[in-house]
Amino acid sequence: MTGIDMKVNIAGVELKNPVAVASGTFGFGHEYNNFYSLNELGAICVKGLTVKRREGNPPPRIAETPAGILNSVGLQNPGVDSFIANDMPFLREFDIKIIANISGNTIDEYCEMAEKVSAAGVDMIELNISCPNVKAGGMAVGTSCNMAAEVTSAVKSHSSVPLMVKLSPNVTDITEIAKSVEDAGADALSLINTILGMRIDIKSRRPIIKNNMGGLSGPAVFPVAVRMIWQVSNAVKLPILGMGGVSSGEDAVEMMLAGASAVAVGTACFADPFAPIKVRDGINSYLVENSIPAASNLTHGVLPW
Amino acid sequence: MSSVYNCPVISCTMLNCTCADIRVFAPEICGEAVPGQFVHIKCDGLTLRRPISICDVDGAVLRLIVDSRGKGTEWLVSRKKGDILDILGPLGHGFDCSGESILVVGGGIGVPPLLYAAKKASDSCAVIGFRSEDQAILLGDFSQACRAIHIATDDGSLGHKGFVDHLARLKLESEHFDRVLACGPTPMLRSVAKVCEEMNVPLQVSLEERMGCGVGACLVCACKTKADNEEGFVHSHVCKDGPVFDANEVIWE
Repeated sequence: MTGIDMKVNIAGVELKNPVAVASGTFGFGHEYNNFYSLNELGAICVKGLTVKRREGNPPPRIAETPAGILNSVGLQNPGVDSFIANDMPFLREFDIKIIANISGNTIDEYCEMAEKVSAAGVDMIELNISCPNVKAGGMAVGTSCNMAAEVTSAVKSHSSVPLMVKLSPNVTDITEIAKSVEDAGADALSLINTILGMRIDIKSRRPIIKNNMGGLSGPAVFPVAVRMIWQVSNAVKLPILGMGGVSSGEDAVEMMLAGASAVAVGTACFADPFAPIKVRDGINSYLVENSIPAASNLTHGVLPW
Repeated sequence: MSSVYNCPVISCTMLNCTCADIRVFAPEICGEAVPGQFVHIKCDGLTLRRPISICDVDGAVLRLIVDSRGKGTEWLVSRKKGDILDILGPLGHGFDCSGESILVVGGGIGVPPLLYAAKKASDSCAVIGFRSEDQAILLGDFSQACRAIHIATDDGSLGHKGFVDHLARLKLESEHFDRVLACGPTPMLRSVAKVCEEMNVPLQVSLEERMGCGVGACLVCACKTKADNEEGFVHSHVCKDGPVFDANEVIWE
């Protein structure tokens, strides 16, 4: 488009544009491919995978909040083997980077999945150590520097593709975790996962979500995400896939200026299935209007006071 | 193929204190819609769309009945002629209206999606229930679309005093129907499922659950359906696998 270089690079993986779709909001791509070709996107972070099929949490799994939603799906997925057999062939038809999001109950499970998805030809692994909606693994790992480092280092030795670690915002100092996983061998970081939240129906006195608590996403979390990306990009050298409430090209530019190399669009797809395309085109327009030749020029371009 | 369309509102009129009858110009959606499907409508200032079942299709005019229950639906029922609605649809799997005779059984805001089904069927009868006479909607429409209609109200202010499952049982005892199609609150659906099982008549039910994307990507609107696995169930999704399910697949909770 108009001579602008939209390509970005995350840990050696080249995305043809800086817009990915966030894990858990886009399934394995089948549904939104009915609206537009997945070829339009830079990358897809697939629905969080586990070793075995999971049916997830009981409903209700969603509650609306001011400028966002809470969800607690609980990693419902068909299991990594089913993904490789049934969804990878579909995804490989497209010119799109495939990022496999994996969640384990144990380090061995994480490593087993890393080997399987590496062999299946994914472009990158997103290590999910930050899911707030499961009891084992998940956020418990991602909020401890030692555990996060231990999992990262183990999985790194079982991965033949770049390893991106997805960080939880539910910590006192996200830079400590970021530094730990960088030292442990992570190739990239993605942040932020959802922020733990809760809504209560005051008539029934019941939490709206059956799991009582859920993860907050959408525009409500955007400033928190921008702040954390800025802090992390000041603390580590790793490239960052930024996410959390991005719903426009302006949001994406802002997040990239804070330090992200690319962004992932998630909750915005629920309001507008075409949101990722609009975000991409919005970035392009900004670059054109400001005579910036390449999307990658935006990364960490903020001028802090 | 479903997509997002900007649809002008043709009319928006209140049917009772809370329900609005909204007609929009939606040629693409109307061209594809089958009874029992739904549309997902963007509401000003809200993150989530609101799933609204398709009540009827007349040429290029899509008819939606919206019950004002919260922020999104309050905004929807206050639309005026000429306003534009951002509508995603049609979505989901609808009713099977084939066969010689269909009985539709609906309760409350579950009544509207049965109208288009009753019209599409070659012969249909309706059993519809409401809390009270002042809540009753679409009586004239069902009278036109169906060979016979039977009404129940919880307080007896109109028709039979009681619930629709009782009327459905009487109807099924008195004549043959190829299939029953039902939509309404879960306790009502469970009762109707029991009646249909006893009477050995196939039943399709339209389910409801809090929804996210509406297209099957976010996996939020889970409902338990029977499966041949260790747990004996899988979580299907109302938006993509439903909203209409065969009753014998559903695990009632």
